[in-house]
Amino acid sequence: MPTEILMPALSPTMTEGKLARWMVKEGDTVSSGDVLAEIETDKATMEVEAVDEGKIGKILIEGDTDNVAVNTPIAVLLEEGEDASDLDDFTPSAAPFASEGSDDTTEDTSDKEEPAPRVSTSKTPDAYDASGEIPEGTEMVKMTVREALRDAMAEEMRKDERVFVMGEEVAEYQGAYKVTQGLLDEFGGRRVIDTPITEHGFAGVGVGAAFHGLRPIVEFMTFNFAMQAIDQIVNSAAKTRYMSGGQMSSPIVFRGPNGAASRVAAQHSQCYASWYSHVPGLIVIAPHTAADAKGLLKAAIRDPNPVIFLENEILYGQSFDVPVMDDFVLPIGKAKIERPGDDVTIVSFAMGMRYALEAADKLAEENISAEVIDLRTIRPMDMETVLASVRKTNRCVTVEEGWPQSGIGAEITAQIMHHAFDYLDAPVLRVSGKDVPMPYAANLEKLALPHTDEVVAAAKSVCYRD
Amino acid sequence: MARQSASRAKSSASNAKKSTQGAKKAAPKFSKEQIQKFYYDMLLIRRFEEKAGQIYGMGLIGGFCHLYIGQEAVVVGMKSAITDDDAVITSYRDHGHMLACGMDPKGVMAELTGREGGYSKGKGGSMHMFSKEANFYGGHGIVGACVPLGTGLAFSQKYQGSKDITLCYMGDGTVNQGQVYESFNMAELWNLPVVYVIENNEYAMGTSVKRSSAQTELYKRGDSFNVPGEQVDGMDVFAVAAAGKKAVDYVRAGKGPYILEMKTYRYRGHSMSDPAKYRSKEEVNKKRAEHDPIDHLRQTMLDDKINTEDELKEIDREIKAIIADAVEFAQNSPEPQPEELYTDVLA
Repeated sequence: MPTEILMPALSPTMTEGKLARWMVKEGDTVSSGDVLAEIETDKATMEVEAVDEGKIGKILIEGDTDNVAVNTPIAVLLEEGEDASDLDDFTPSAAPFASEGSDDTTEDTSDKEEPAPRVSTSKTPDAYDASGEIPEGTEMVKMTVREALRDAMAEEMRKDERVFVMGEEVAEYQGAYKVTQGLLDEFGGRRVIDTPITEHGFAGVGVGAAFHGLRPIVEFMTFNFAMQAIDQIVNSAAKTRYMSGGQMSSPIVFRGPNGAASRVAAQHSQCYASWYSHVPGLIVIAPHTAADAKGLLKAAIRDPNPVIFLENEILYGQSFDVPVMDDFVLPIGKAKIERPGDDVTIVSFAMGMRYALEAADKLAEENISAEVIDLRTIRPMDMETVLASVRKTNRCVTVEEGWPQSGIGAEITAQIMHHAFDYLDAPVLRVSGKDVPMPYAANLEKLALPHTDEVVAAAKSVCYRD
Repeated sequence: MARQSASRAKSSASNAKKSTQGAKKAAPKFSKEQIQKFYYDMLLIRRFEEKAGQIYGMGLIGGFCHLYIGQEAVVVGMKSAITDDDAVITSYRDHGHMLACGMDPKGVMAELTGREGGYSKGKGGSMHMFSKEANFYGGHGIVGACVPLGTGLAFSQKYQGSKDITLCYMGDGTVNQGQVYESFNMAELWNLPVVYVIENNEYAMGTSVKRSSAQTELYKRGDSFNVPGEQVDGMDVFAVAAAGKKAVDYVRAGKGPYILEMKTYRYRGHSMSDPAKYRSKEEVNKKRAEHDPIDHLRQTMLDDKINTEDELKEIDREIKAIIADAVEFAQNSPEPQPEELYTDVLA
């Protein structure tokens, strides 16, 4: 029985890649460990090795093919005693098949066409109006979040000699997630600095350099590792301006991926939004789109305060419209009404926006008009915009990947209770990550994360439509 | 150029002890003005700290208050080895460092009393004071935190291409924190201009070096990172100044970091509330009687006829007046306005 060779996933979040070239041809005999082909992802070029021994019976996908989905059969291997004739009545399995329980994470909801039913375009009075951020008629270009972040850093580094980036694998490796790709080439080793694996230490070095007049960008490979450095972030970066009576400050950006990626389990999947949001003296930003990532990272680098910039590994490869402007900078501390609506307010940020927007689509089909607010900045939180929306819709659902207790949803709920209690027609509901460490098993992970259907159910519940 | 190896660091350490004693005899190589300044600065710190202890007892200073009495030769000797443009950073036992950096005793004392006129407007307290003007970067309350921070100051100095260097102080308790070694590693890897000064006063709060450290020769703690180290008699201001100059010259020449272990002693408890039951009265008294840095210098000045008894008394009087002024200022400066509660959180 011939064996299929499948397009491999080379990272937890990879869903497709380019089959760059074959290193073997039909008829070649291979043994385990031989390099079969080169695969390009948006992060790297990797070699695929043979696992089984045999003869290459047929190449199903030619070299130089883009967008080959993970698990697509790319070749057929003949075992000992088989020959090409064994392929005559062999049909490769349909491609691709997703492993059970895993979501198709590449779907980009921002580009989805909205269904016909009720979608409000009514303005929310007193809410921040993000429509003025990009002048009408500005040319837009499709760009991934990864590229947007890189461009933001490069533009600010060109502008300001004091800006430098340091972290694990940011220079020669071009970034563990390729966010710093190309920066070493342009700015050199003085300004793009590979550190040892020493989070506590280099976070402190960054803060010290900021005290002394530089503008460091400190990349954490993921924010999970920043727990090793949290003393320097909180005690040294956040509190020094206050403790010095305003004399000493730390204009520094701590950035990196935050929250769950895919199947990396409990120690690599935590959302830190509420942790840092707790700390006076910090600014916390968590963008969803590439445009917000670019405009807000540029603002963060210029800001005189320490900024926690929470990115998301799954969003890195997503493309969004980004304005083509000489200097596109967004205001920190302003939410964005991503989708206007009348019946219920859904507040979220970062990856949560995907669930929120998908839910809004589904709700529209059921004639419920949801107003979706992207917080963008977690601290200071733009409660004005949230409250204005709630005063209009009288209902609110919050969505986040983090844990429920003392989470961002808990904070929003408390603020609404205090400032808009009389406007509420239903209790505010929270959709969040479940109150457990992140499990590894695909089905359990899916259960642990918030889900679009949960957002839909919560929205219907506060509308008394369940 | 090849760096001084760890094994060379060891041998240089034994040399250091000799050169320390040599330095005592070589006292005259310091000018009369320098020696007088050593005396003046050490006495200023001593009297300041004695007064701080006294008014703490009167309830004018709250919270933690860690006195520097006994260790004065370290900061005064080291200050003589650097310029005013060099950066200084330390942990929480910081009053002496600030005075040695030339910060105004009034502002320091008023911060201790939590008043508007303090260096941090009363919002930082004893452990958290800063002065950009004096290139003093704190005053940090978390043991170990100042070491990466100081390394970052040196990173910035090198990045900016300046000739300035950083003095990064820490205690014998600090050297068991992991981030110290993360810093040593990066400083050596990147050749940063920083002198790490370990003030070994023998006790990390109540735990002696012997009970806390597998390697009690703290100047060797850089061995694994090829950072050279040297042990110095921290009760002898001449020895400190000489070793300090050597280390600062080395670092300023772009050769990377250097460690100085200052063998010193604090006479008071860890903080004002520490009865210091972990050591005997005799031990403290013996140190005071035989090794006091100020008494020792005073005797040398008299023996070498640098100053007369009357001249020294005049200095004593002058310092007494400065401290009295500082206390008066610290008592009369108003408490911060309630509005200050919400200022200086963000820019």
